[in-house]
Amino acid sequence: MKETTLNGEQPPNGDASPRGYLEAKGFWSWAYTLDHKRIGVMYLYTTLFFFLLGGVFALLIRIKLMFPGQYIFTNQTYNVLFTMHGALMIFLFIIPAIPSGLGNFFIPMHIGARDVAFPRLNLLSYWVFVAGIVVILFSLIRPMDTGWTFYTPYSARTAADVTTLSFGVFLIGMSSILTGLNFLVTIHKLRAPGMTWHRMPLFIWSMYATSIIQVLATPVVGITFLLLAMERVLGVGFFDPAKGGDPILFQHFFWFYSHPVVYVMILPAMGIISEIVPAFSRKPIFGYNAIAYSSVAIAVFGFFVWGHHMFVTGMSSTAAIIFSLLTYSVAIPTAIKVFNWIATMYKGSITFESPMLYALTFIFLFVVGGLTGMFLGALGADIHVHDTYFIVAHFHYTMVGGTVMGLLAGLHYWFPKMTGRMLSEKMARPAWLLMFIGFNVTFFTQFILGFEGMPRRYAEYPAQYQALNIVSTVGSWILAAGILIMFANFVHGLFRGPPAPPNPWKALSLEWQTGSPPPTENYPEIPTVTDWPYGYAGKQT
Amino acid sequence: MSGQSTHHGPGAAGHEAHMDPATAREAATLGIWTFLATEVLLFGGLFTAYIIFRIKFPQMFYEDHLKLNRVLGAVNTVVLIGSSLTVALGIAAIRKGRVGLLRLYLSLTILLAGAFLGIKFVEYSEKFSHGLFPGTDIFFSLYFMLTGLHGIHVLAGMAALGTVLFLAGRGKYSESYHTPVEITGLYWHFVDLVWIYLFPLLYLVG
Repeated sequence: MKETTLNGEQPPNGDASPRGYLEAKGFWSWAYTLDHKRIGVMYLYTTLFFFLLGGVFALLIRIKLMFPGQYIFTNQTYNVLFTMHGALMIFLFIIPAIPSGLGNFFIPMHIGARDVAFPRLNLLSYWVFVAGIVVILFSLIRPMDTGWTFYTPYSARTAADVTTLSFGVFLIGMSSILTGLNFLVTIHKLRAPGMTWHRMPLFIWSMYATSIIQVLATPVVGITFLLLAMERVLGVGFFDPAKGGDPILFQHFFWFYSHPVVYVMILPAMGIISEIVPAFSRKPIFGYNAIAYSSVAIAVFGFFVWGHHMFVTGMSSTAAIIFSLLTYSVAIPTAIKVFNWIATMYKGSITFESPMLYALTFIFLFVVGGLTGMFLGALGADIHVHDTYFIVAHFHYTMVGGTVMGLLAGLHYWFPKMTGRMLSEKMARPAWLLMFIGFNVTFFTQFILGFEGMPRRYAEYPAQYQALNIVSTVGSWILAAGILIMFANFVHGLFRGPPAPPNPWKALSLEWQTGSPPPTENYPEIPTVTDWPYGYAGKQT
Repeated sequence: MSGQSTHHGPGAAGHEAHMDPATAREAATLGIWTFLATEVLLFGGLFTAYIIFRIKFPQMFYEDHLKLNRVLGAVNTVVLIGSSLTVALGIAAIRKGRVGLLRLYLSLTILLAGAFLGIKFVEYSEKFSHGLFPGTDIFFSLYFMLTGLHGIHVLAGMAALGTVLFLAGRGKYSESYHTPVEITGLYWHFVDLVWIYLFPLLYLVG
């Protein structure tokens, strides 16, 4: 950053230095950077790499599942692949991608700040994340075969290197805590003059709720994985029935984090949708307060529903009924958001550029994922479909149909801002169409498979399920083709895309009022905020 | 809430000063309290395990706690509370701008922290020599996990206090600027507080 030529004379549209914060070149200008934008970009590259790697694992899993018996590789390899698919996608992609990537880039920009509250901590968080990755890769010497949930007692006994992986995940968790802490303080203390809580973009509300979960839930999984490692190294026995311990305790600890963390995954995506829907409907957001408070409500309710992962693993029926009711309560704030997005679009002048296509896809797929979640929250229905492909389909509808679509919506929306170049709509639309079709072919079939009773996690299955498995696998190829075209578009846009204007979407939030890409200091002068960012002119423009 | 900052040149050093001093202080204070909340939850997992297993095995907890050295535990409690006092006196000193006094109190705090770990070392050796290890039974697993995690926090606290002491020697802190001293002090009080819970839970059962 030392070479950068930016200074106070920088005009708002970034003409003086079209490269903005990207001006400085070379490895060290990135590795040592304290600029939240660069740190965000580094997170995006890192997490998207693991998205692709985890995706390759998924394709291999699907190829094997085309046939009911042993095929191509051994069942043990299959166990490793589905474990690594889950662990990499969860810990190295879907948890950090939006908060640490897009959040890092856009939280300070959205609130009119020059950086996050603790820039050094931010950089430390990134490098702790990288250290965690290195440790996790080391564990591949004796790769994990437990599934991403690390359930005891198997995880305490397997020859696979659970201890190293636990330590790696602990580091990833530390990085997540530091990022969440940084964002909480940033949102509290660094808002531009005039930016009251109710003038904040809804992305900020959702990131605020996300940060609360990251800060309060992650330490619990940290201690859980430490105890699991100690179980293996020292034999402490908290989760070992032979020593008086209890494997169910591990599940309680694990889900006390791992359920709230699905809201770490989905809330930021919801925030992105709340930005994109009004911008591409040319209408003020409908129900601002309801959307804002529902983010916080999801974060709070989300802490009290973890038991619904354990309906069949040993829990009193009273506890199960309470957890079931609480699970239903999460549907309320979620539905509030969906209805408000739809109401925002009502009578709007909707245009269907790629960010909006992905946003609409989010709403459609997430409603499917969310409603099937209600089936699973119901005690009777859950026992029927528990540990079947119904769960796999539900999870992927919320996490891929929800979070990933939200992330992609955000990437297409903010690509011009981050890179200073436009993406090709001609490539973006077929990519989107292929992903939409491929996703539904892959995962809708799994709802049916699950309902018919095909159990999840096993490498082999009864031959009666083969037809739908072939359909699902073919779907995964269509999905992969869409993702490949999308990444080709990213790469093409990065090097060859036409220069982006400061505000290609005519959106009203602060980040669009500065250059594309933004200067290192974000704003030549800290803006004074006088209104909310959703004052799109009238109902029909 | 104002993020109004004075303009400054770009570059790594510039990013340090992107907040005015009052905002920076507020941010650091909110940051350390949030961090302490995460620490409470980190220990919270172990405390939850403690509650569950104590209800499950009351007899084991009673019999095993008699094998702990109550005198050394009590002495350590006094040592840690004393170190909390010295760090508080250090903060009071720097608020009046007395750097020399701050350094004296910080050194004392680090000494007391070292004494705590020394006594802990004696206790651990005593346990090991009697064949009591983590994994012996649930109580000793809890004992070693809780005191071990706490001990790591004592070490981290000593490192933080040492850094502040070093920077105080370089003249970084004054009457008007001493935020790092205060937040390190808060962290140290937290470490002390955890021990105040651990002592009765482990040494004074039943």
